[in-house]
Amino acid sequence: MSKRIKKFGALGLVLAITIGLLAWYLSTHSIPVFETGGVLAAKEKGLILFALLLAVIVVVPTFALAIMIAVKYNEKNITKKTKYQPDFDHSRLFESIWWGIPIVIIGILSYVAWNSSHTLSPYKSLAADKKPLVVQVVNLDWKWLFIYPEQSIASINLAEIPVNTPVDFQVTSDTIMNSFWVPALGGQIYAMPGMITQLNEEATKLGNFAGSPANIAGAGFSRMDFTIRSASLNDFNNWAENARMANRPLTSMSYAALAKPSESVPVSYYSSVEPNLFLNIAMKYMMPMGSQMSPQNSANRKVLLPPRRAPMMEGMN
Amino acid sequence: MVASWLLGRLSWHAFPTALVTEGAAISIVVGVLIVLGLITYFKKWPYLWREWLTTTNHKRIGIMYLIVAFLMLIRGGSDALMMRAQQATSVGAHNGLFSVSTFQQVFSAHGTIMIFFAAMGLMFAIINLVMPQQLGSRDVAFPFLNATSFWLFAAGAVLINLSLVIGDFSAAGWLAYPPLSELKFSPSVGVDYWIWSLEIAGIGSLFSGINFMVTILKCRAKGMTMMKMPMFPWSVFGSMTLVAFAFPILTVTLTLLYLDRTLGMHFFTAGAGGNAMMYVNLIWAWGHPEVYILVLPAFGIFSEIVSTYSKKRLFGYTSMVWAIWAIVFLSFTVWLHHFFTMGSSADVNGFFGIMTMLIAIPTGVKIFNWLFTMYQGRIKFANPMIWFMGFVFLFTLGGVTGVLMAVPPIDFQVHNSLFLVAHFHTMIVTGVVFGFFAGLNYWAPKIFGFKLNEKLGKIAAYLWIVGFVLAFGPLYILGFMGATRRLDHYAASTGWQPLFIVAGIGVLIIAAGVATQILQFLVSVLSRHWQRDPSGDYLNGRTLEWATASPSQEYNFAHLPEVKERDDWWRMKQDGEPPSKLPYRAIRVPVNSPHPIIIAACAFVAGFGFIWHIWWLVGLALVALLVTIFTHTLSDASGERIIPASEVKAIEETWLKKRELAK
Repeated sequence: MSKRIKKFGALGLVLAITIGLLAWYLSTHSIPVFETGGVLAAKEKGLILFALLLAVIVVVPTFALAIMIAVKYNEKNITKKTKYQPDFDHSRLFESIWWGIPIVIIGILSYVAWNSSHTLSPYKSLAADKKPLVVQVVNLDWKWLFIYPEQSIASINLAEIPVNTPVDFQVTSDTIMNSFWVPALGGQIYAMPGMITQLNEEATKLGNFAGSPANIAGAGFSRMDFTIRSASLNDFNNWAENARMANRPLTSMSYAALAKPSESVPVSYYSSVEPNLFLNIAMKYMMPMGSQMSPQNSANRKVLLPPRRAPMMEGMN
Repeated sequence: MVASWLLGRLSWHAFPTALVTEGAAISIVVGVLIVLGLITYFKKWPYLWREWLTTTNHKRIGIMYLIVAFLMLIRGGSDALMMRAQQATSVGAHNGLFSVSTFQQVFSAHGTIMIFFAAMGLMFAIINLVMPQQLGSRDVAFPFLNATSFWLFAAGAVLINLSLVIGDFSAAGWLAYPPLSELKFSPSVGVDYWIWSLEIAGIGSLFSGINFMVTILKCRAKGMTMMKMPMFPWSVFGSMTLVAFAFPILTVTLTLLYLDRTLGMHFFTAGAGGNAMMYVNLIWAWGHPEVYILVLPAFGIFSEIVSTYSKKRLFGYTSMVWAIWAIVFLSFTVWLHHFFTMGSSADVNGFFGIMTMLIAIPTGVKIFNWLFTMYQGRIKFANPMIWFMGFVFLFTLGGVTGVLMAVPPIDFQVHNSLFLVAHFHTMIVTGVVFGFFAGLNYWAPKIFGFKLNEKLGKIAAYLWIVGFVLAFGPLYILGFMGATRRLDHYAASTGWQPLFIVAGIGVLIIAAGVATQILQFLVSVLSRHWQRDPSGDYLNGRTLEWATASPSQEYNFAHLPEVKERDDWWRMKQDGEPPSKLPYRAIRVPVNSPHPIIIAACAFVAGFGFIWHIWWLVGLALVALLVTIFTHTLSDASGERIIPASEVKAIEETWLKKRELAK
């Protein structure tokens, strides 16, 4: 028996040290999915915790049951009183319980999944009363281009957004598919050539939020980190004003140069953006090979663009 | 001009120049040469050809599957070690051990090899090794097709490893999403290697699927109704139904991708009307069922093991059967959860989220049924049960993370992150791999004739479990920290390095587990004379495979059993039913054939030609393949050899005498 106590003592010690180290690590590092900086991320965090709680309700008793059965009916621990029923293979009551409990739990979670799929849809604008800031995002080899159509500026690998203001990221790719993910703001959406996807976010805190390009996109995939910086409206306006002074227009010509492969690109700005550049980037994949398209023409065919329903249709549901 | 006609894209540049790949290439070539040299030196070619390379016996084929699968497990495991080494060191100013291109080929190869050649190989090995005996059958329904399946599988495995020596491998991840896998972004032969090794192995898998389905439907012992069948064949039936429906999708999808790359078509390209999203849908319409193809047989194995080691009937047999078929059906309705983040509407995402969660219900039911099989039993915690207990705890936790990700908004936060990587490794390693290892230890005497060393088996199981927790626990946390999968480098400011190092240590412990398993096998071989199983039933088993000798006779059963109940061997022993007194009769067994290996060799050569655009070679190989099939069809009408009654009598009487002595 003392051997057993020693064994479990050692095991307990190892566990305690592991948990201690883990707690130290977690308290000294940032975990953006839980230390949220955005409306969406906060709600998603709530969902994660709720689902985990439900899981604990089922898993803990199951594990306790597993351990109890494994210990009690271990042939080494058998006493005269331990029952042995080799032909006990069916019980309507027991089986109803373990078909029933998962059905109830999954039922609850299904309800939550269906509802949250709608309320937290990345296509859904976060605030009906405020006009969202539109930021157009283009995945390039290997950097992110952020176009601000209303401000008519653009930036590389850094996008500043005003805090407490809904932002509508419209995402496409002019190369391989990637995924646009900002963990602290919440959620991600695929960036695909010829498609425009949407991610509605709203920052609730000031700060720099690391972006994680999330889908393998070729050789420079690990060297295309980007930052979303949340700032006060004043700072944001100043930032936009500064960008406008960069004296570097983004035209079809300079875009073609930008689109060429490059890695670890430093943050830089464009003072103006050619109208409809974003739509042209997305539309060029919809054309028969070789044919060119005028900006005028592409604007008229806007309705063809979104791969799914347009955002206003989503709102009508 | 002549050279390009003769050699296609092949040239001197195809041979590796990077140190890592060169090292791998040289060690593979040297290894193969040594093995071939030894076989020649000991003049074993005739033996090998007669007894193994041309065999159509399911048990021999099973052992060959096992060998290939284990080699591939080691190859895929080396890839895993390389990935962890890279990610533990490639931080900030440091660039890690491998180039980006090498690293991306390594993770693409790791996933592909582990799923298609290690996991699938182990699965087909175990099905071949024990399922016919469990059904009270003398072989599978189509032994020739079975051998062909195996050799196609082996050809795929050789082809994928050939990419280390000639050319390079895909760097587009294990499922090679376009546009990255299209010619524009992956101009080398890498993706073509990926396509053709999977095309060839995949067709082999489809043949196996059909073969085992027919075996289960048509080759059961007399009296064994479907509901008297052991649980392992039931789970195989579910799994093979999925194979038959899912693998054709894979074959077609790969073909379309190849047409894109080779003939400039535009099924999945970004431009000219192509749509990469169609590829993603198609590949997951195969890919999700594939997970259940692997895990269902592992569930079946656990059902057999828990029941035998608890000395109790399996609890809730009917529930178990229904659970299998619920899983089979549902597994075809959930594929979209692999890409909630592609921008589908909230309705579509919500629907697929709910369908995904539903699978947790039958799976949970199975866990409870196993626990209640143990309840009021007499449990012997031999090493298969250690694997099982590891599975119960880890797989349940993996299931929880799966249900989490089935909620679409949660998935938006963890998709493509290391959380996802940790989740699916939990399902596949603790579900599938633990199950197969448990099965191999459990059925070892049926396969090799001797038991495997128990102590080393237990140590291996514990090393795997501890290593697994250390290797994948940190990945769950890393996912929440924003770490995405497949990173060859990350900034020091992320603070991820300590967790990557712990994960690397975990993989090293798993590697120690694999080394222990190899040691276990060697020790068991050396001590085989003490570890024999003369009774053929060393565990007091329940199902019919334990009624055969260890290893099973070539024909499995001298007299085909007549089944009255579930666990019929247990019943026979309880009733004290004497061995059949009927006279021994001649038995027909499938005849050897050189054609399966030739067919696979032709497929291999054709695949090589397709990869390198050597069209004359493709033509030649395909003609040779057709000629071989016709030759086989025309030359060998019966396909059976007869073992005379006297020989059967001799074999049986020797064995039965040994069995009596063992009592």
